[in-house]
Amino acid sequence: MATYLLKRLIIAAITLVLASMVVFAVMEILPGDPARLMLGFNASADQVEQLRNQMGLNAPLVLRYLHWAGGLLSLDFGRSYTYSVPVIDLVGERVVVSLPLALIALALSTVIAIPVGVFSAGRQGRAGDTVAMGAAQLGVAVPNFWFALMLIYLFAVWLRLVPAGGFPGWGAGIWPAVKSLLLPAVALALPQAAILARVARSALIEVLNEDYIRTARAKGLPYRAVLWRHALRNAMIPVLTILGLQFAFLLAGTIIIENVFYLPGLGRLVFQAITQRDLIVVESVVMLLVAAVIAVNLLVDFSYAVVDPRLRGRQ
Amino acid sequence: MSLLQIENLSLVIGGTPILKQVELAIAPGEVVGLVGESGSGKSMTALTIMSLLPHLAQARGRVTFDGIDLLAASEDQMCALRGDDIGMVFQEPMTALNPVKTIGEQVAEGIRWHTRAGRAEAEDRARKMLDRVGLPEAKFPLSRYPHELSGGQRQRVVIAIACALKPKLLIADEPTTALDVVLQAQILDLLRDLVSENRMGLLLISHDLAVVTEMADRLTILRGGEVMEAGDTARTLSAQHHPYTRELALASMHVPARPKKHLAGSARPLLEVEGLSRDYPGRRKSLFRAAEPIRAVDDVSLTIEPAQSVALVGRSGCGKSTLARMILALDKSTAGSIRFRGETITGKSEAELKPARRDMQVVFQDPYGSFDPREKVEKLVAEPLHLLETQPSKAERRELVAHALHEVGLGPRDMDKYPHEFSGGQRQRLSIARAIITRPKLVVADEPVSALDVSIRAQILDLFAELNQKLGIAYLFITHDLTVARAMSDEVLVMHEGKIVERGRTADVLDSPRSEAAQALVAAAPDLHRAIARRMQEQG
Amino acid sequence: MTVRVDLPEETLAGVLAKAFGNRSFLIGFAITLLVAAIALLSFVWTPYDVTKLVIADKTQAPSWTHWFGTDHFGRDILSMIMVGARNSIAVALVAVGIGMGIGVPLGAFAAARGGLADEALMRINDLVFAFPALLSAIMITAIFGPGAVNAIIAIGIFNIPVFARVARAGALAIWPREFILAARAAGKGMTQISVEHILPNIATLLLVQGTIQFALGILAEAGLSYVGLGAQPPMPSWGRMLFDAQTRMVTAPWMAIFPGMAIIVTVLGLNLLGDGIADILDPKSRRRR
Repeated sequence: MATYLLKRLIIAAITLVLASMVVFAVMEILPGDPARLMLGFNASADQVEQLRNQMGLNAPLVLRYLHWAGGLLSLDFGRSYTYSVPVIDLVGERVVVSLPLALIALALSTVIAIPVGVFSAGRQGRAGDTVAMGAAQLGVAVPNFWFALMLIYLFAVWLRLVPAGGFPGWGAGIWPAVKSLLLPAVALALPQAAILARVARSALIEVLNEDYIRTARAKGLPYRAVLWRHALRNAMIPVLTILGLQFAFLLAGTIIIENVFYLPGLGRLVFQAITQRDLIVVESVVMLLVAAVIAVNLLVDFSYAVVDPRLRGRQ
Repeated sequence: MSLLQIENLSLVIGGTPILKQVELAIAPGEVVGLVGESGSGKSMTALTIMSLLPHLAQARGRVTFDGIDLLAASEDQMCALRGDDIGMVFQEPMTALNPVKTIGEQVAEGIRWHTRAGRAEAEDRARKMLDRVGLPEAKFPLSRYPHELSGGQRQRVVIAIACALKPKLLIADEPTTALDVVLQAQILDLLRDLVSENRMGLLLISHDLAVVTEMADRLTILRGGEVMEAGDTARTLSAQHHPYTRELALASMHVPARPKKHLAGSARPLLEVEGLSRDYPGRRKSLFRAAEPIRAVDDVSLTIEPAQSVALVGRSGCGKSTLARMILALDKSTAGSIRFRGETITGKSEAELKPARRDMQVVFQDPYGSFDPREKVEKLVAEPLHLLETQPSKAERRELVAHALHEVGLGPRDMDKYPHEFSGGQRQRLSIARAIITRPKLVVADEPVSALDVSIRAQILDLFAELNQKLGIAYLFITHDLTVARAMSDEVLVMHEGKIVERGRTADVLDSPRSEAAQALVAAAPDLHRAIARRMQEQG
Repeated sequence: MTVRVDLPEETLAGVLAKAFGNRSFLIGFAITLLVAAIALLSFVWTPYDVTKLVIADKTQAPSWTHWFGTDHFGRDILSMIMVGARNSIAVALVAVGIGMGIGVPLGAFAAARGGLADEALMRINDLVFAFPALLSAIMITAIFGPGAVNAIIAIGIFNIPVFARVARAGALAIWPREFILAARAAGKGMTQISVEHILPNIATLLLVQGTIQFALGILAEAGLSYVGLGAQPPMPSWGRMLFDAQTRMVTAPWMAIFPGMAIIVTVLGLNLLGDGIADILDPKSRRRR
């Protein structure tokens, strides 16, 4: 078990390092001089040069990478070119919106999808299955930001149950904050739930055709009991894989959905930064999200080992 | 009174008749064999009793177990019977256990379900049952997972599950087909003991007449869903009244006519293998320590003379197939050398191997897996022609393929068909046609008949014998089946744990084996002659 | 990832017969054909000219003259959806092409070679998977500025490891088969076997994945255009139309409803088509019915 986990950990670390190199390289080839950008176009060449030295921009490439990567490790992302505040502060303010949103959406999607998948697999080919999978088929096709618009129209404009957008901040209390994240989370979660339910169903059906299911039936367990006790755990492996992939999609989706609901999250930050050419912020946010995706995939790898004893391997 | 009584059972699945008026009865404590070739409806009979048929199946007739009409029983009633009064053992031990649950959980589960026993009590009983089937606590604690067990051990777990509640009837569907002969003998012994200890009825389903004869008091012979003959095992098989019974018995013992070879010892050997070894990387125990390699083939030396037929026998996992692949240059060797027609072929590049490959072809076990399903026979059989120095024209190619097909008993019109249009036996003929199209000197055949029904097997063995004689092809016949080795080979090599432990003339080795491994093989191999003789003796 | 590759034993006629009996396939095929036809039609004819702004007709509700209504510049929504289909299909199609063209050979090579080459490919896969298409798009946009080509590149890059994985998993399932060993015994090399035996046998798998990625590509393109990282005005695109609709939800909901419907129908059609193909060609799923 330790060997497997260690191997996955090392792979994740390598991926993270490679990803940081990619991000760094992309930002390196970008046109534009951050020092010039910070000082404005009226600054003299000397002033710019001085700032460049101060920011370490004249150091050799490798040193600059190491300096930057070292900074990331100690959560020092540098200073925003436009706001002249530490990037970490900017990001910190926004993470507390984006991360809860992604997590609520992930939880919601799982809670909806797994029971639907089990329900459908248990009634394969019957009316309930057909209806559920028809709905899932439709759900997969719906773009989440369009769904978000429809939700706003329905619940905020028409029924006036929730705010159409904006975020009061966690300072305003847990419930108002969560309430303003609810609609965005539903918009994010439902299309993902549709995908997950389909995966769960087909994984279960695949497993239900295995020989060991027949062995369990020959023991005298009724079909339902076999489904829950024997099939579900085996079907979790493909479901976990998809769950890991979905987290990446959810993060990306968060960036888009925030724009629909005017939520002050990472997505809004990154788009502002792009228009203002505040590249160090773009760089930091991208790096942060990439790290999150890698971390979640590592978590998925670990959970495989929990579900599947073959990965743990004694001796 | 019968424990199980099947009367006039007919089964239709999706419009296709599977069983027709099947009759079968088992008394308490009795062992009944159900014999038939593939597609005869053996397994479906078992699944009908268990009421685990596929959805579209419709069964008619009467199946009575212990006074209960099984065809009319509700699902709840069946759940109460399954695992408690009727246990079942399946063919494929590698997939029959849930990979994510411990063996303890899986054995205890049925006990808890039926007896409402507490966890501790159920585990206690599961422990005793596992001890009984030969999996003692010291080496096989309840916390073991299936992947930590070998095939034979897993089959013992499946038997423990089936027999945990001492059912009145045990159904064993080809319980040893996936195991090698030595394991087969052990599992059959275990089943025999469990049945007599608990006075269980046993329905033993098998394609192997010898196995059934050794085990069953009575047998029923099934063909195409119909009962051909039923009755007392010894009497049925010695009298062989029914033509199909005779056909089966003859095919099971078939020996192709092969004239005795007088080999000129002076000729240079066709194949010389010297000190050949193959290591596979083992499983890593730690990230920082190199894994210890597993030695699959260990210092093997052998020779094959031109036109000689040599059988390589051994238990599963002994390294037979790895050795064959190295000889065929499909796998690299770790050490040692292979000379073919006097030339060293180890370490040669693919281009340098071409002439050797032309003279050395292969026939595999699985008649279904050995052809690309998307190609027509012409292209499939012609594939080795790729090895010729000058590529034949299209017309010449068709001519060559037609000739090869003719030699294996197929017609030129078969050239434009797809492999799925052929039966298993015909596909094996195609496989042989492909192997002989370049007129090789040596054909390596890896279990070429073990996937075939006995009657087909006899025909394919005849074909091999004929080609050996007509074309002077030498064979390396890899088989776990000593009957096949006896029928086909001039010499036998016995392999055990990567080493060749015995070599000699076929009759000598099989009649009086000297090495321990060979003795174990010979003792475990089912033999129809011997089994009938023993039965006759027992019953006078 | 492991996949089971069932080698279908079918003739073309048999496959066609089954295709006509498969509801998913028929509906999916019809929708896909319809969308493609509409996109093609838009090159020669649309009800209104989408480049002409008619401010007098702005934000009109659906009517007999403008079936889907008009936008804030008075352009006909139906015509814009027709022209937008081109953009969606082009981006998604090219992105699938990039993914297949690069990913499949990579995956097949890794499976054939094994060892270090395989390990290296899997690591690069992990790396690319760490950048969801949106993140790549953000980075690419940061360099080159926004545009439809960026969307293609971003989605295409993400498709490469997807196809590499599918091709690799499919090929790995076929390499140990006996007919491959037979081909090797017939002296055929790695490349020849990959082309002659492996690729034809994983073609179905790739086709199904292709329709899935096509559908995902359309969704991704819409998302990128919606946040301004994809097609730029005045080129009509479904995502961009939804962006314009967002601030006008209260007064002109049709501006959002119809482009969204266009996306849903197209993606639904492609998904149904993919399901249908998988059903028809996968003997296992047939047995289950």
